Amino acid sequence: MRYVDEYRDPVAARGFLDAIRSLVQGPMRIMEICGGHTHAIYRSGLDQLLPEEIRFLHGPGCPVCVTPALRVDQAIALARHGRIVCTYGDLLRVPGSHESLRQAAARGADVRIVYGSLDAVEIARQHPRQDVVFLAVGFETTAPANACAILRARELGLENFSVLGSHVLVPPILRHLLDTPGTEIDAFIGPGHVATVVGSEDYRFLPQDYGKGVVIAGFEPLDLLEAVLMLLRQKADGRCGVEVQYRRAVRPDGSPRARAVMREVYAVQDQDWRGIGRIARSGLGIREAFSAFDALRRYAGELPEETPADASAYICGEVIQGAKTPLDCPAFGLGCTPEHPFGPGMVSSEGSCAALYRYRQTAREARR
Amino acid sequence: MCLAVPGRVLEIGQDNMAVVDVGGVRRRVCLDLVEGVRADDYVLVHVGFALQRIDEREAKRQQEHLGAMFAMASGAGEPT
Ligand code: SF4
Repeated sequence: MRYVDEYRDPVAARGFLDAIRSLVQGPMRIMEICGGHTHAIYRSGLDQLLPEEIRFLHGPGCPVCVTPALRVDQAIALARHGRIVCTYGDLLRVPGSHESLRQAAARGADVRIVYGSLDAVEIARQHPRQDVVFLAVGFETTAPANACAILRARELGLENFSVLGSHVLVPPILRHLLDTPGTEIDAFIGPGHVATVVGSEDYRFLPQDYGKGVVIAGFEPLDLLEAVLMLLRQKADGRCGVEVQYRRAVRPDGSPRARAVMREVYAVQDQDWRGIGRIARSGLGIREAFSAFDALRRYAGELPEETPADASAYICGEVIQGAKTPLDCPAFGLGCTPEHPFGPGMVSSEGSCAALYRYRQTAREARR
Repeated sequence: MCLAVPGRVLEIGQDNMAVVDVGGVRRRVCLDLVEGVRADDYVLVHVGFALQRIDEREAKRQQEHLGAMFAMASGAGEPT
């Protein structure tokens, strides 16, 4: 496939690895923010190919993983009362406080997987007499697409469509991590797809306020290797800045149209992150002007408002913040598996626990 | 879920919806979030939307850079 295969060339990878080896000086802890990168790193075995000095810390950038159990409970409550709940496939296994959407569906709730947000609008159009709720999560990458669903529903004059949203923003969670005492991150690999929307300038705060370099990278093995090399060069030259490795898709100002859609539909608000807690101004809520399409307002009286204390015990919160690795968790692979996830890191294939579990069959292999 | 994959725009139809070839599979993709997409362009597809156009010039430049890495690994060049 064009723009994919050429970034997987093993010979060029060797070239990068040689260049990286010749530049490495001392340990460097690199956090890849995005779950898509975590997945790519394990899938291609980069964590094992790179020199030992380079350690990846897996960041909180998996929107499915950080979706609070309360949102799942709310979606299940709505599905129980005869609404059609549509959502992205990854969300089905996410544990709520009692069960997941998949378990609710097995017991008769009408839960449907959609590939894109407009498919949910289409389902609403086809079922004019039933309420359709779209459980929509995402970072800045997905928020504009989810917002488009609301705009399209308004255009079509649909009165039976609403969005139950959990939209999170990358910069506030990074600030939260960096402001937490004891965080040990030397540099960042920036989220390539988020940056296609927001642009590279959104990450200027990392070098400016925290003195950390960031390279925004694509998702193929050579993209990631080049990003590591670029970070090593920054370090060797005593620089730290924002650089873009994913130049084929990221522009300094991102996608103005996607940002405009996002601004039109959402306002910044405080947001709960699963395993982490509430962070000020770290999420997006649906603006008042669109309240008819906001499930949280529309069904306000009947939605659960509180979850019994976060059910995920163990060290899930520390793992999704990169402070610990899944291997530090006693439940990893022993009880907690992608089939039966205990916590956020195991629910999505982009969560660090699930990615590690999938690509390293044994703990020994995982420890290299 | 955050996956976005490259695909080639085959045709643009009504409502700003395009047919995009993603690895041999034809998908209906909404173009509302990007500007100036034309048939034959490559776009990044994410949850049914084109997220961004792929910049062919930048991709080509990067390809040349990868070529240099290839040469280096084959012993034709010096590591920098
Ligand atoms: S392995 Fe399971 S219980 Fe342990 S941190 Fe990961 S998600 Fe949480």
